[in-house]
Amino acid sequence: MNIGKSVIIKGELSGSEDLMIEGHVEGRIDLKDNVLTIGPNGKIKAEVFAKAVVVLGEVTGNVTASEKVDIRDNGSVDGDIASPRVAIAEGAHFRGAVDMQRAGAKAQAKPAAPAAPGQAAQPQTQKVGA
Amino acid sequence: MADARSLTDLFGILGPRRGSETAAVADTSVAQVTEVSYPTKALQKFLGCLQGADNPLILDLGPVVGSNVTFFGEHLGCRIRVEDVAADIDRHVKEGKLELLPEYFAGRFTQAPGSVDGILCWDILDYLDRPAAQALATAISRLLKADGCLLGLFSTAETNEQVYTKYVVVDEATLRYRTYPALRQRQRSLLNGDIIKLFKDLRVSDSFLMKSRLREMLFRKPSPRV
Repeated sequence: MNIGKSVIIKGELSGSEDLMIEGHVEGRIDLKDNVLTIGPNGKIKAEVFAKAVVVLGEVTGNVTASEKVDIRDNGSVDGDIASPRVAIAEGAHFRGAVDMQRAGAKAQAKPAAPAAPGQAAQPQTQKVGA
Repeated sequence: MADARSLTDLFGILGPRRGSETAAVADTSVAQVTEVSYPTKALQKFLGCLQGADNPLILDLGPVVGSNVTFFGEHLGCRIRVEDVAADIDRHVKEGKLELLPEYFAGRFTQAPGSVDGILCWDILDYLDRPAAQALATAISRLLKADGCLLGLFSTAETNEQVYTKYVVVDEATLRYRTYPALRQRQRSLLNGDIIKLFKDLRVSDSFLMKSRLREMLFRKPSPRV
């Protein structure tokens, strides 16, 4: 599944197949059993949960993966990473903390609780490949 | 008869590894970029210090080196936060505000006091004048847990080269020194006594004078007396 350059998504993105993002996503991405690839044109401002995350574009937000996070050359992550395996290529940008032990536990964590009364309405949930 | 360990130690004293001397780097247009591998002794001690800790927190004061993050993560199952102090220095040089560095370092780190298990200080103190070095040393000493350890490298040679060094961990006994351009050169070499005074709240656990002309020092934070 591919999200193209011209697509902008604000809200929660979840699904059960591998996903490649070339567009913009703001909110939350949940692909616990699948691989998420942020392409060279992809710009993400979100909490990311996936089995594996490959970053060639830009991510702002915390990234949790149950298997691996791979920041490739020219990829950028501004946020904390939790995963048992992390690879950061030469030329990649990373600013944040890396936790390589608690990643499994975090990846299995339940989605965040709904907003309390009085808070802004929850963003629309987008299902990918469901 | 010399055993394997003492032979390794001897090679450490002899200097850089022959096979990897001055390896070519991809971007040859940057004249100041060099890459040489040297033995290290303090790194093994640093790892040994953290081996028993559960999910230790390491603070790395150097630039982000992806392979180091992987190395420490896989060896220690740790949390690592990279805080590039060289970038802080360069930013202050650009802004012409070097005199503000001591004040900046005093409030630079957001971690709670006593929350960090290990600090990779590398050689960053060599680039600071005395007040800024003292402010940084005091700030990071405060972050260390009791029994936590700090690895520092200190040049024993004066140099005019305006470069920082990325210390890339090859293995527990080898570091690759990869230089890159800096906006400030190393300041006058710190003497052993000066270094000890900078970290007056820590005790020197190990000190090695290497053929790479670096002094490798491992500091431990003493447990408070009951």
